[in-house]
Amino acid sequence: MSDSARVPWEYSPAPESLKVSIESEHGIFIDGDFAPARSARTFPTINPATEETLSLIADAGAEDVDRAVSAARKAFKRWSRTAPLERGKYLFRIARRIQERARELAVLETIDCGKPIRESRDTDLPLVSQHFFHHAGWCDKLRYAIPGNSDPAPLGVCAQVIPWNFPLLMAAWKIAPALACGNTVVLKPAETTSLTALRLAEILREVELPPGVVNIITGAGETGRALVEHGDVDKVAFTGSTSVGKRIAAACAGTGKRLTLELGGKSPNIIFADAAIDQAVEGIVSGIFFNQGEVCCAGSRVLVEESVLAEVIEKLKRRMHQLRLGDPLDKNTDVGAINSATQLQTIRQYLDIGTAEGCKRFDTNCELPTRGFWCRPTLFTGVQPAATIAREEIFGPVACVMSFRTTDEAIERANNSNYGLSAGVWTDKGARAYEVAKRLKAGVVWCNTFNEFDAASPFGGYKESGFGREGGRAGLAAYVR
Amino acid sequence: MSDRLEVTKTWKLFIGGAFLRTESGRSVAYIDGSGKCVGHLCAASRKDFREAVEAAQSAQPTWADSSGYLRSQILYRLAEMVEGRRNDFVEALRLKGNRGKGAAEREVAATIDRVVCFAGWCDKIDSVMGNRNAVAGPYYNFSVPEPVGVVAVVDGSDAPLLGLASLILPALAVGCAVVAIPNESEPIPALLLAEVCPTADIPKGVFNLLTGSHLELLEVVASHREVDAVVAAVEIKARATLEAGRAENMKRVKCIDPSIDFLGDPSLTSPAVFQSVIDIKTIWHPHST
Repeated sequence: MSDSARVPWEYSPAPESLKVSIESEHGIFIDGDFAPARSARTFPTINPATEETLSLIADAGAEDVDRAVSAARKAFKRWSRTAPLERGKYLFRIARRIQERARELAVLETIDCGKPIRESRDTDLPLVSQHFFHHAGWCDKLRYAIPGNSDPAPLGVCAQVIPWNFPLLMAAWKIAPALACGNTVVLKPAETTSLTALRLAEILREVELPPGVVNIITGAGETGRALVEHGDVDKVAFTGSTSVGKRIAAACAGTGKRLTLELGGKSPNIIFADAAIDQAVEGIVSGIFFNQGEVCCAGSRVLVEESVLAEVIEKLKRRMHQLRLGDPLDKNTDVGAINSATQLQTIRQYLDIGTAEGCKRFDTNCELPTRGFWCRPTLFTGVQPAATIAREEIFGPVACVMSFRTTDEAIERANNSNYGLSAGVWTDKGARAYEVAKRLKAGVVWCNTFNEFDAASPFGGYKESGFGREGGRAGLAAYVR
Repeated sequence: MSDRLEVTKTWKLFIGGAFLRTESGRSVAYIDGSGKCVGHLCAASRKDFREAVEAAQSAQPTWADSSGYLRSQILYRLAEMVEGRRNDFVEALRLKGNRGKGAAEREVAATIDRVVCFAGWCDKIDSVMGNRNAVAGPYYNFSVPEPVGVVAVVDGSDAPLLGLASLILPALAVGCAVVAIPNESEPIPALLLAEVCPTADIPKGVFNLLTGSHLELLEVVASHREVDAVVAAVEIKARATLEAGRAENMKRVKCIDPSIDFLGDPSLTSPAVFQSVIDIKTIWHPHST
């Protein structure tokens, strides 16, 4: 890497100017009201970019979970019988209020979760409001949505547990289809990212959503376990790790609860020699460095046709030098903070394993802020398919580059995983793009693009990446009987 | 009654297109309604199941790749073959003496009609289950149903032919390969169906059939990591066993009430049955350069 490829000047800081007020303590949201948890326990939520405590969050215990489920059960009676178009109008209202408060929510998301403001502002929030807007319109059209089900009925109380990488977006993905189909909800956000879900609860009050239709309880794994194992829950929806997903699957067996799981991935991003290489390099970058690689569908296995391997790696390294890591609230920032000390520790362990297993590690050696949790965008080359870092989900800004010679080999390598969430394919040949897209075992395939999402587009995995879809027509089936 | 000694047979397992004895060496006498031994049945083992899954895995990609039109013709051929052996199937359903001739004839006729119904589904599933998605960007985006892979079927209904057929047909129509465990006490009609399959040009390994103890095999099915989905008509306890198997490899599990009216319930021929044997794949492609 020559020095001339580095950006020779520094940008001036461009911090987001909007200040967001955060209450010093947050209760849980049950039956339309905020109140401290009966457990009387709290835990701090911090800004992962500064390690400052932002607020104290209620740690909901079994009694709180029970109250939340009861509130949802009580509300179900009326909500499920509310005229579908009226239900839709509540969702339209929610979508509008989110649009109007988007800046505030984006800033809050970035502060609590560490992702760059550019992403929370331009990706997360637009998708959040779109998800409610899209599902609002489904409420009165459900009988046309699911083949073979002309009289879809809601399931009842939905227990929904979501991760910390897209906190508000995951809340939207869970709540919007559940409500559209006439269900009521108890949602538990991840313990490191509760703030935007609780702010959403404020919006639900603003739009006068009937009390109990959505309840939001905060806490860690124990709270989530109490929720999914609660006897009066009809449906469990979980997004998170495959290991927790398997525990939930075991807990739900034989209970009659409906279950959908959106779990981990180790997604391949396949670059053919005939691809527009500069665009493909951008696709690799957005595939693995978007949201610090803390994305279940991240393109963490980069498969490059051998004849362009050297060129792709060289261009990728040059591009990585241009990534700006730092203050997530700076509009120029490309790579923000890792969500938690725990996750940073996990990523570091994988970096060590990669090196120990003989893979060649590259990072830009860029400066890291002194406080907070940071990981430089990292590239491993010389990675064997059997290497730990090529098989296990890292959930960080770490790409493994491998090569292939033929289309068959690319597909075999791509499919050689217990996961099957997403995949990317870069080629100038339409027939090849569709051949590969057809043969890949993945729920979402991006041809000449990566990490695109839309409320109308079903998302979800094959194999151990889980079952069920979120978004679009296919996503509705998970919330009706 | 003649003095001639009847030639009774051991009904073997159907794995990879061949009729094989169980590797476990276990067989049990099959006693008809009058108390007479009319043959022997294999009691399949974990290893038999594993081999059947391997056979299904190797056959499935080609079956899935064949056109819906071709699968459609093969399934229609199956209906023709069953029709040609109607009387055998009626006899098989009456061996235990627990149903009258009329009931047996109705079940055989309904089975043939169900095969015809699903023969007609093969080239229409994509149109009904898939669609283009109107995304807010310059992308051509569409969702297509794809066969989930290898499907294990357990028939615990009291319709030994129609129950099994209703459970396997959605999987076969969509392009999955099947390893089926038929009715435990009356497996002969299902075994007869297996004997018909090769002559209907169903490729080897696409449909496999293992007789044996449900109690034993349910656990084997649940814990097997290469089974992609389970479709079963079983009681609640068996359902818990099968659903616990999701924790192994996230296999999709669909259980239906074994007392459903297999003759008349409209849900059995509706496209909703495909939900449990497909995965939806969504493909994005830019439409502006």
